[in-house]
Amino acid sequence: MTLGPHAAFIIAAYAAALVVVLGLISWVLADHAAQRRLLADLEARGVTRRSDKAEAV
Amino acid sequence: MALIDLANPTRFLALTARILPWLAIATAIVFAVGLYLVWFAPDDYQQGATVKIMFIHVPNAWLAMAVWAVMSIASIGTLVWRHPLADVTAKAAAPLGAAFTFLALLTGSLWGRPMWGTYWVWDARLTSVLVLFLMYLGVMALWHTVEDPSRAGRAAAILTLVGAINLPIIKFSVDWWNTLHQPASVFRVGGPTIAPSILTPLLVMALAFLLLFVTLHFAAMRNEILRRRVRAMWLMQAHAAS
Repeated sequence: MTLGPHAAFIIAAYAAALVVVLGLISWVLADHAAQRRLLADLEARGVTRRSDKAEAV
Repeated sequence: MALIDLANPTRFLALTARILPWLAIATAIVFAVGLYLVWFAPDDYQQGATVKIMFIHVPNAWLAMAVWAVMSIASIGTLVWRHPLADVTAKAAAPLGAAFTFLALLTGSLWGRPMWGTYWVWDARLTSVLVLFLMYLGVMALWHTVEDPSRAGRAAAILTLVGAINLPIIKFSVDWWNTLHQPASVFRVGGPTIAPSILTPLLVMALAFLLLFVTLHFAAMRNEILRRRVRAMWLMQAHAAS
């Protein structure tokens, strides 16, 4: 397969898509880790949600 | 499990924990198949190899509009039933829709330069998609401006529903006005005008991007539910301390 005289445009388009998709995946994973960390920190300090208390009764 | 049960955030979290790995695997497989088909797809008789840009441009353009449609349906859920998962759905979808719209604009520009001789023209299709991108940024800014998620959700829902007017304008802009952009060639009366050798990789890539959106959307919704739990616990801690 040859990309012809406009190869730079084709490669740039696929590279941009790769960067954006990897960026989205990284953002979602980092956000999940951050929220899990915050929840664990609050629970370690004994803070629980009202619904958790209700479930424990 | 009835569909209505998934509207419970705790049940939704349990569901996403089970299905997210499978969705991620399915997305990777369909992308691999799609890129394989793209690699061996024939060149267009007029555009040559630049037609390969279409395989990422078109799926992103479709998703740009589809994600706003998802947000619009969720916004009705927010305004009519005030269901917390409805605005979680809309909020989680907005950055994804913005990214897909950005990619549609960028890859369109990169396709336009060699084919039209310009990166950009202010015609109806390109301008209405740029407006869609700006509306995504506006909704995201609104979510960050209002601290209370339920108030932010209602404000964002109104803006989203107003913005939905842009969707038919984008779709029919190529029919209503003179534009450099080509008319619809897949979803049109009379069927697709694209040869199967090019249509098949396009549809597989569209499925891959759709699966990517579903996977990332579920993951982002899960994150948003956890964020609201953190916020509720912070508020309880502050209330207990005062």
